[in-house]
Amino acid sequence: MTGYLLRRLGYALPIMLGVSFLCFMLVHLSPGDPLVSILPADASAELQRQMMQLYGFDRPLLEQFLRWLWRALHGDLGTSIATSRPVTGEVFRAVGNTLMIAVLASLIGFSLGSLFGFVAGYFRNSWADRLASFVSVIGVSLPNYWLGMVLVIVFSAQLMWLPATGAGPGGSSDWAWDWAHVQYLILPALTMSFIPMGIVARTVRALVADTLSQEFVVGLRARGLGELGVLRHVVKNCAPTALAVVGLQLGYLLGGSILIETVFSWPGTGFLLNQAIFQRDLPLLQGSILILALFFVLLNLLVDVLQTVLDPRIERG
Amino acid sequence: MSMKLPKQRPVFAIAGLALAFSLALGHTGAAQAQEKILRIAMTAGDIPRTLGQPDQGYEGNRFTGITLYDALTQWDLSSADKASELIPGLAESWSVDEADQTKWIFKLREGVTFHDGSPLDAAAVVWNVEKVLNKDAPHYDASQVGVTASRMPTLRSARAIDPLTVELTTSEPDSFLPYNLTNLFMASPKHWQAKFDAVPASVSDPAERSRQAWAAFAADASGTGPFKMARFVPRERLEMVANAGYWDDKRRPKIDRVVLLPLPEASARTAALMSGQVDWIEAPAPDSLDAIQARGYKLYSNLQPHLWPWQFSLLPESPFSDLKVRQAANLCVNREELKALLSGLMEPATGVVEPGDPWRGSPTFQVRYDVDAAQKLMAEAGYSASKPAKVKVQTSASGSGQMQPLPMNEYIQQNLKDCYFDVEFDVVEWNTLFSSWRLGAKDPAAHGAHATNVSAAVMDPFFAMVRFVSSKALPPVSNNWGYFTSDETDALVEKARTTFDEQARNQALGELHANIVDQAPFLFVAHDVGPRALSAKIGNVVQPKSWFIDIATMTME
Repeated sequence: MTGYLLRRLGYALPIMLGVSFLCFMLVHLSPGDPLVSILPADASAELQRQMMQLYGFDRPLLEQFLRWLWRALHGDLGTSIATSRPVTGEVFRAVGNTLMIAVLASLIGFSLGSLFGFVAGYFRNSWADRLASFVSVIGVSLPNYWLGMVLVIVFSAQLMWLPATGAGPGGSSDWAWDWAHVQYLILPALTMSFIPMGIVARTVRALVADTLSQEFVVGLRARGLGELGVLRHVVKNCAPTALAVVGLQLGYLLGGSILIETVFSWPGTGFLLNQAIFQRDLPLLQGSILILALFFVLLNLLVDVLQTVLDPRIERG
Repeated sequence: MSMKLPKQRPVFAIAGLALAFSLALGHTGAAQAQEKILRIAMTAGDIPRTLGQPDQGYEGNRFTGITLYDALTQWDLSSADKASELIPGLAESWSVDEADQTKWIFKLREGVTFHDGSPLDAAAVVWNVEKVLNKDAPHYDASQVGVTASRMPTLRSARAIDPLTVELTTSEPDSFLPYNLTNLFMASPKHWQAKFDAVPASVSDPAERSRQAWAAFAADASGTGPFKMARFVPRERLEMVANAGYWDDKRRPKIDRVVLLPLPEASARTAALMSGQVDWIEAPAPDSLDAIQARGYKLYSNLQPHLWPWQFSLLPESPFSDLKVRQAANLCVNREELKALLSGLMEPATGVVEPGDPWRGSPTFQVRYDVDAAQKLMAEAGYSASKPAKVKVQTSASGSGQMQPLPMNEYIQQNLKDCYFDVEFDVVEWNTLFSSWRLGAKDPAAHGAHATNVSAAVMDPFFAMVRFVSSKALPPVSNNWGYFTSDETDALVEKARTTFDEQARNQALGELHANIVDQAPFLFVAHDVGPRALSAKIGNVVQPKSWFIDIATMTME
């Protein structure tokens, strides 16, 4: 297992390097000015040239990338152009905030998705299957930012039950796990859970249906095992794949949903990336993407390990 | 009776809970009554920088500039009816040296202190000029240069004459300097030095020490403004409290605490207002205006020093190189209908500034909607329905100050069709558009466009007029994108720039403006009106004809 873990970590390094390089180049290929956040639109081209020199953006791209990479290897992701704050602190604060809604959204999505998927798979072609499938298709198909806006209109603007925006009455820095704060989590997490719920439900439905049609289930029943016992075996067989799907979904959610976090002004990674993109804040953009890629790779590794634990038949080479 | 008891218990319990809840609410209400808190949702995606020179355009100056800081001069924001004018700020008076008009003397107000208690004196002013102009100064900060230097194009240096007198030097005689200085906010040198001294000794690079000191200063700022910084959560909120010792009695805040929240999404801002999370939102979603008013909120708007134009290319191959074509375009746009299209959230533009403004002057050419006159001019220029003028206009799908560029442009395209124009759009991303704007119509980035649609802040004479029409402002120096050159216009610019008496300067600027309208280097379309929605409990709200608004004079019930 240790060798396997080390090997997987070894694979992660070129992936992250590749992601950083591609991200760096794509950002530079896109139109616009990396100093847009500190240079007003009406600044002259002359002043812009001076500032580009001052910030080193006039140097060759490869040199800029290698300088950034060298510092990143030493744990310094640079300083945000727009705010002059260290990128590392900005990203980790945002990751912490996104983690809260992503984990809650995954829990909601996994629980409801598994329930709907299981019911649909077990009672195939019944009204329960159609209802559960309908709900899961809705979950996958609805644009979640639209759903977020509808939830805000209903629960915040009309009923005034839940806050519309923000991460707590005093911001995320004084977060506490009490109702005054947790109520800010509900709408964004609920909105975020819809897509994983739909995906998990559809996956679990297919898995349960497939497992139920296998010979070992007939065998179990033939041996007189009760229906609950059969179900336990079905769940155990479906769990590794379902877990892989949830792991991937959690990875996506950790990247933060730019649209959902913007709708709810939730100060997570999506909100941060949105800002970085609009302000052409290259150090922030590069640092965020590198750390998110790292999280994604580590999460996949964790899921793979968990899958192996759940199903020792899975042989990892 | 006994059968009813179990049913009553939940009722008692609910009543008890309700009582406790109302008591709790009452307690909260009492706490809120003690402190008057104003919560504002900005359109900015982040808190504008707090270190003295805000980013995020003029919204930054509005919320973290004039609240936390003062400049030597300031805009009068006390009237909604007349154009906002320049008034003394930290400087009580100023004058130019008649012998050498590149030198200005500014007399400082006595007894003004920074929030940390240190005095605002001439040395502090020199220090603040050097933070953006003197590369050798230990506190020089490149991140503040862009937003500051571009707005003070001629300022070169500062020198303390005595504790309350400063001499500023410009690169050439420039009567616009006092306007430019509204953008140079005074941060506390003593407070910065304390932050600098607190940087760990392990950081040896002076530039890095300076950068860290500024970052620390931004998190705990000290200016002379009517509000003091109280709490800062990056990207989420800034809390400011009233500066009880503020030097201007009339602007000593009546509101105890102001909370600034960045909410870049219009529907999120609207929902935050409707759910009672904030008391004030900038730029509400246009389709929610009726709903907002129905809930008892008040809408405010006023003409802003902003221009949404097409800036014409006067290069030989451009149809707009002909004055008749430029004037015809200006006569062919139905601005009132365009205003209706935008739910009333614009003012028709008949120049860079409108009648009533001291710089308006008396243009001979009247910008209006007159299709017959436009068609006549086009016919004189050699165009007709069968031989339209083919023009290409560069624009963006969105962008700061661009209002609703695509619907507005499509509407103008339809209008101009009646006057023998065949308009084609080159839609590019907003940052690309203004990068191209800096480079000029000759540059390949213009894609051969005959006009560019970049909206602009037109607050002081340089930004309102000079940069668009002076032959000294051709790309890459400034924003004369279309290569408009005229000896007469240059002479008027020079006259305005070297006229130091205020009345005479306004008259000279009026002549320059009239010349600009007559020459029509723009298709004058619209001015933004800066809509905002506020709770009815906010009193004494004056929305001036400005990008700014004074929170310090507001009250709260």
